[in-house]
Amino acid sequence: MIETLVFYFFSAVLILSSLAVITARNPVHSALFLVLAFFTAAGLWLLLEAEFLAIVLVLVYVGAVMVLFLFVVMMLDINIPKLREGIWAWLPFGALLAIVMVVEMWIVLGSERFGLAGVIAPEGHPVGYSNTKELGRLIYTQYVYPFEIAAVILLVAIVSAIALTLRRRKETKSQLASEQLAAHRQGRVRLVSMKRAD
Amino acid sequence: MPELTPALPEIFLLCALSLILILDLLVDDPKRFITFMLTQAALAVCAIVTISTASSTVVHTFSNMYVSDMMTSVLKVGVYLSVMTLLIYSRRYIQSRGLCKGEFYTLSLFAVLGMMVMISANSFLTLYLGLELMSLGLYAMVALQRDSSVATEAAMKYFVLGALASGLLLYGMSMLYGATGSLDIGKVFIAIKSGQANQNVLVFGLVFVVAGLGFKLGVVPFHMWIPDVYHGAPTAVTLFIGSAPKLAAFAFVFRILAGGLQPLVHDWSQMLAILAVLSMAIGNITAIAQANLKRMLAYSTISHMGFLLLGILSGTVNGYSSAMFYVLVYALMTLGGFGMIMLLSREGFEADKLEDFRGLNTRSPWSAFIMLLLMFSMAGIPPTVGFYAKFSVLQAALNTGHMGLVIAAVMFSLIGAFYYLRIVKLMYFDAPVDDAPISGTSDARVLLGVNGLAMLILGILPQSLMALCELSIQSSVAGF
Repeated sequence: MIETLVFYFFSAVLILSSLAVITARNPVHSALFLVLAFFTAAGLWLLLEAEFLAIVLVLVYVGAVMVLFLFVVMMLDINIPKLREGIWAWLPFGALLAIVMVVEMWIVLGSERFGLAGVIAPEGHPVGYSNTKELGRLIYTQYVYPFEIAAVILLVAIVSAIALTLRRRKETKSQLASEQLAAHRQGRVRLVSMKRAD
Repeated sequence: MPELTPALPEIFLLCALSLILILDLLVDDPKRFITFMLTQAALAVCAIVTISTASSTVVHTFSNMYVSDMMTSVLKVGVYLSVMTLLIYSRRYIQSRGLCKGEFYTLSLFAVLGMMVMISANSFLTLYLGLELMSLGLYAMVALQRDSSVATEAAMKYFVLGALASGLLLYGMSMLYGATGSLDIGKVFIAIKSGQANQNVLVFGLVFVVAGLGFKLGVVPFHMWIPDVYHGAPTAVTLFIGSAPKLAAFAFVFRILAGGLQPLVHDWSQMLAILAVLSMAIGNITAIAQANLKRMLAYSTISHMGFLLLGILSGTVNGYSSAMFYVLVYALMTLGGFGMIMLLSREGFEADKLEDFRGLNTRSPWSAFIMLLLMFSMAGIPPTVGFYAKFSVLQAALNTGHMGLVIAAVMFSLIGAFYYLRIVKLMYFDAPVDDAPISGTSDARVLLGVNGLAMLILGILPQSLMALCELSIQSSVAGF
């Protein structure tokens, strides 16, 4: 009973905050709503007894990715009125498509067709069950191949990020450690003996 | 410990790739030739490894997530060969445009690895990861020319629409997973066949999967990105996007639709029929209005993908093997077509307008002849191989009773013949406007000649390649 209540609470907050992400006028607010969405999603995962994934979601997405994202959003000078130009021209068309889509999905996924009766609820885990341990075991045994591919995807991301952003401009002032270390006092400071002015 | 031998080509390529990534750091721009040679050597060894480990039976490994059969070997060798060819074609082009960095080669290899994973995937998880690995490499390659605003815009469009398509695909896969309880293609097949799975959810998931695949293949109405990306990307990258990934995409569609979702064939073959007709119609008609050759070839790609779907939607071994034949031939034609644009381009000049082909015959009769063969093949005029590819696809569709589709396909390819033949007319009957000598490395020119003549030779003797396709599809279907 209490679990169901918690589930509906988290789900409602998740849906509302996701809506707010795309409707908020201020990009910073959007990003903060996204943080809220991640938090509630993590709550849902906790209900599914996936503690490790829930914690990782909060740590990685909220702790690292979203903070970085907020920094970027705050630093960019986004011209919102310009972005919103032309939205009215496209709104009727987009809205029509969206409504058709929602109605279709409702017809197909309506509760009488896609009800809970057709899906068997998974059994609960025994008392000593550790989600973290199980995840570690599966990733390095059954899922080792996709795990390795995911690692390669991260490598591609690193290579392409460097390839796209690293540029050597002529006017860039970069440090050359070898030249800095090879510097002598004679090269930097010149002692000039001056007569005292009387 | 999983059996590693079937996955030897992937493992080798990953090791070679990491090595090239490191060695490339020691090479400076004028000596980028070394990276080029290493990349070619890695692909050549990969081809040898793939051929020597190929087996005529179906082998699964990595807890059924990896599959190796004859079809995977043939398609992988096709991917290596087309990437090797396009790297030779594009060497001078990328040098003259400041793109000749080590990343061009390493990202190509990453994309090749992604395609290999896609071709050999036997689970929704590995299919998706392979697709992402390939796409990420391609997105970055499109954006590699940073000072070009057209290329950046193309990369942005490609990335955003690619991400949208991946989202659709994932959503569909999650629905299929929800209905069948498995990500494994074989188990999905069994679950659907047994009739236990909820039919509504399955079809709902199928719609999203087909839409995602449609985006990735670039068929109407999911084609909007193709002309802009083909036009905006540097021609070397356009050639990359247009050739080898289509082979991997064929394997992807084949595994999902003909493998896991085979019991739903009546549902998806109707969807594919609509996509195929629309693609052939819009692709061929819009291509007529293009003045830019790259854009024209982009629309021609859309119509070719329509033909590819025509083969797949018949849902028979015959149909799949003619689709496989079609996609192999298509890759060969695209290589030649864009290779010719790169051959005629030079520093600061892009030969991507129809005007640039005016009077090519007086400038270089040999190049004009090769282009003539390529255009005839794309239009499907005998005795080139394009005719045979179209013919076998149409025959497969006719055998399954898709009479209306076949008539429409013939009509639209007749319309399409106009814009291919217009290039032939420009080359042979008009006076040249540009009389700069045609440069280009000799290896690229020789290879382009071989590529063009292959259209003719394969067109006269298509049986051996067709037999190979049939054999591979039969061995693959037997494994489902």
